[in-house]
This record gives sequence, C-alpha cells and structure tokens, in this order.
Amino acid sequence: MELERTALPGIGLCHTFTTARGRRVGVISYYTGERDVLVYDADDPDTVAEEIHLTTTEADGIADLLSVAHVVERLAEVAEQLHDLVTRKIPIDRGSMYDGRTLGETRARTRTGASIVAVGRDGTVIASPRPDFRFTAEDVIVVVGTDDGTAAVASLLTDG
Amino acid sequence: MPGAVLLAELGAVILCLGLLGTAAARLSISPIPLYLLAGLAFGQGGVIPLATSEEFISVGAELGIVLLLLTLGLEYTASELVSTLRKSAPIALLDIVLNASPGVVMALLLGWGPVAAVALGGITYVTSSGITAKVLTDLGWLGNRETSAVLSLLVAEDLVMALYLPILTALLAGVGLLGGSVTLLIALATVSVVLLVALRYGYAVEKFVASPNDEVLLLKVFGLTLLVAGVAQQLQVSAAVGAFLVGIALSGPVAHVARQLLLPLRDLFAAVFFVFFGLHIDPSQLPPVLLAAVLLALVGVLTKLATGWIAAYRAGVKTTGRLRAGAALIPRGEFSIVIAGLAVTAGVQPRLGTLAAAYVLTLAIIGPLAARVVEPLIRRDRRRRRQRRRMTAAAMGKLP
Repeated sequence: MELERTALPGIGLCHTFTTARGRRVGVISYYTGERDVLVYDADDPDTVAEEIHLTTTEADGIADLLSVAHVVERLAEVAEQLHDLVTRKIPIDRGSMYDGRTLGETRARTRTGASIVAVGRDGTVIASPRPDFRFTAEDVIVVVGTDDGTAAVASLLTDG
Repeated sequence: MPGAVLLAELGAVILCLGLLGTAAARLSISPIPLYLLAGLAFGQGGVIPLATSEEFISVGAELGIVLLLLTLGLEYTASELVSTLRKSAPIALLDIVLNASPGVVMALLLGWGPVAAVALGGITYVTSSGITAKVLTDLGWLGNRETSAVLSLLVAEDLVMALYLPILTALLAGVGLLGGSVTLLIALATVSVVLLVALRYGYAVEKFVASPNDEVLLLKVFGLTLLVAGVAQQLQVSAAVGAFLVGIALSGPVAHVARQLLLPLRDLFAAVFFVFFGLHIDPSQLPPVLLAAVLLALVGVLTKLATGWIAAYRAGVKTTGRLRAGAALIPRGEFSIVIAGLAVTAGVQPRLGTLAAAYVLTLAIIGPLAARVVEPLIRRDRRRRRQRRRMTAAAMGKLP
C-alpha cells in the first residue's frame, strides 16, 4: 500500500492511496482533529466523488472498527478451536514415575500440545500450577487440549 | 443622550449585517459584497446616513483589518510558508504578472498616476483566500488533486502581501523612490526576522502566550497582536502586516486554539470593516467607473482562470481539475478592500475606492458562482463519457 501525502496549507494533510482494485481513496486530516474520508471518481483520479466528514470521535470510532476487525476475526478462529477442546482429569497413581517430580519435568505442553491448567489435591483445586509445582500421589491433574493431546498426557503421566 | 443613540445605531447596523449574512448563506454567496452594499446605504449620500457611530466604526474597522490578517497568519506555520515559497515560486511570479498588470494598465489609462497604479494592481492581483477557502470546503473540493496547488498559490499571495503592503503604505505616504526602497528594506528585514524567529524560536513565543485558560490566551494573543501592529504602523510597515507576522510566529496547538477563539471576534470586526469601507464610497460616483470595473472584472476572471489552469497543469492535473483550480481563484475580497482602504485614506484618487468596491462586488459574487457552474459542466461531461464507454462495452458483449 503506497501512501501519497499532500500538505494542504492552513487546513491539514491529505493522504491518498490506490486500492488493489484500482480505486483511489484518501483521508484529509484537519489540524482540528476532524477527518474527511474521500472516495475518488472511478474515471477521474483528480476528482473526489464522495466525501464523508467525520468528527474526531467518529474518526476514532472508525479507526477502532478498522483495526478491531482483525481482533474479532482472530477471536472467531479461537472460538472455532474451542469446539475441539476437551478437559481430562488424570490421577497420579501411587508409584507413578511423576510422583515427587515437578510439572516442568513432564514437558507435557511441548510433547503433547495440551496444557495442565489445574491440580486437585486433598479436595482443593490449585489453579494454574507453575512449572516448579511438585506432584504427589493421589493428585488429580486437569489437562486442556485436543482429544489426542490430552490422551497423550494421560499416557505420559502413567507410563512416562 | 448621545450614548443611547450610539448604542441604538450600532445595534441597528450590526443587526442589519446579521440579516444580510443570513441572506448570503441562503443564496450561498459570500457576505462581503452585501456588507459593502450595507456600507453604501449607511454612508454619505446613502439611504440612511449614520449620525454618531462613525467614529466607533472607524476604530472597529482598524481592528477588523488586524484580526483578518492575524487569523490568516495563524492558519500557516513558518515552515509551511517557506516550503511553499520554495516549491511554487515560478507560478507565484506568473500569478503576479498576469493578475496585477490589468489593474496597473487600467489606472495608467485612466491617468491616475503611478501610485494609484500600484494600488489598483494589488487590488486586481490578490485572490480572496477567505472566499476561496469557503468555496473549496463548500463544494467538497479539498481532496481534489489540484487543491494543494490552489492553496499554495493563496499562501504565496499572502506572503507577497506581507511585502507589498509596506511598500504601498510608503508610496501612499509620498516618500518617493529612495524612501520607498528604505521602507522595502525595513519590510524585507522585518519579515525575514519574524520568519527566522518563528522557525527557530517559535516554541518560545508559544510558551509565552500558551495558557490552558481560554480567556487568558485570547487576551494575550490579542494584546500582543495590537501592540505589534501599532509598532509596525509606526515603522510604516503597516499594522496589517504586523498582525500577519504575529500570526505566522504562532503555530502548533496554541495557534489552532487561538484561531478558534478569535474567529467570532474577527467575523464581527471584519464585517464592521467592510461597512466602514462602504461608508466612504459615494454611490453617485459609481456610474463613471462602472465600465472600467466591469472590464477589469472580466479580465480578472480570465487571468485567474489562466493562472489556476497553469498551476494545476504543473501539478500534473487533467482538464477538469485545471478548470476547477482557475474558478476557485477568481474571487477577490477582503485583501482588495484592505488595499483600496489604505489608498482611499491616503487620498490618492477618490474614484479608486469606488472602482475597487464595484470590482470586488462583482468578483466576490461571480467567483463562487463560477465555481458552482464549473462542477455541473464537468459532471455532465463525465456522465457522457461513462455512457459512451458503457455502450462500447455493451457492443462488445460484456455488459455487467
């Protein structure tokens, strides 16, 4: 996207560019903070065909919409993935090789893509355990991830 | 009680201006010609001559000039001026040659002498940046490609005025060639010093006047301007130029806030200034200069069209944009009246004021109208072209 910048002495600045589909559009930034959104004539790139005057608040609003749109798209992607997410409770059996070892040592996320998000111990829940959290027998580990990922964590914790 | 009469008269005049302003807005023309006509009506030989308020109006008119030039200067920053001057010097020179010569020639033909010729040249030269800016905004032309060229020309003209007004003031005072060149040197030096100060130490001036309190800011800027304008007048650089230079020296956020604060004040006193100018014109003097005024106006339309055309051409703009640039430059207004006012006060040639009034009356009305006529013409042409293309496309069997 190639921006063309023109000074309008006494008024402000005008930025224009041509879209991938060949339409010339622009924005006049007044010194007062107001904005004009310009759409140039399809046949005559010298002439503004449509001009929309925005107050400072409206311009901010539009700017938010334009940049927020990306975030919304990404959120939609995440929501889609949420459908495939499962949680699984995995008990640490007495005699498991992770009895007495830390969460970090399992390297569960790296190996399976699933995350250990909580540990149940003695009827309480420890949320977001840190990597140096040390497991003991009879802990119940809560894992979030895909079906395959959580199953992999289960086999990892029981079989190593 | 003279005070009561003064208040009542002033009130009547200003109320009348308000009503004229409403009419101008409805007709979408500039109110300047109507204010001038109001002045004619209130003046000597007019319909309702004023009795007591002339003195106030004369002081108000001085304030009007100062405020007109101050707000104009506030619009621009020093760096904008310098870069514009660097970019568009050739076209600015052409602007002077094309548009000042008709006035100069006419004054010489009428046998008014060289000083009046310099004044009339200035009157026909300078475009009304106020009316043109309004036309550009009203018609939505600000984003058009030629607009930057048009605005650059206006900036250049304003700078030229900063040098021209002191010279004219000196010539009008009858100082002769030597005195004139001394004044020119003083003016040049003042303008350069102010530009330099504004470029280098603008922040210091801004720091001095800046205030979060609108009232304080208004008083500081207005006071500083009047002070500088008075000193400039004393140095024969002309009060108007002093005010313009104060406006230039102030830039950044302070300038924008100050401008917003001063605009209502300017509108009031500028209107008073136009009335004041009209007051001093004897309507019975109008017929003898009418032919000359109409002739000058006609030539003035053509020369500004040519100037705009060439300026837009240089900016790489096609035919329609070139026409628009020319049409936008046609209006003459406040500056022409400022020049004529100086000349009339100095008593150079009584008919000069009348001629200038008729000239500005014509072009302040024709200019915005011409701009409005250009646009539909262009649009019709464009529609025709589009139709032709669609027909070609249909013939080739790919109509959407």
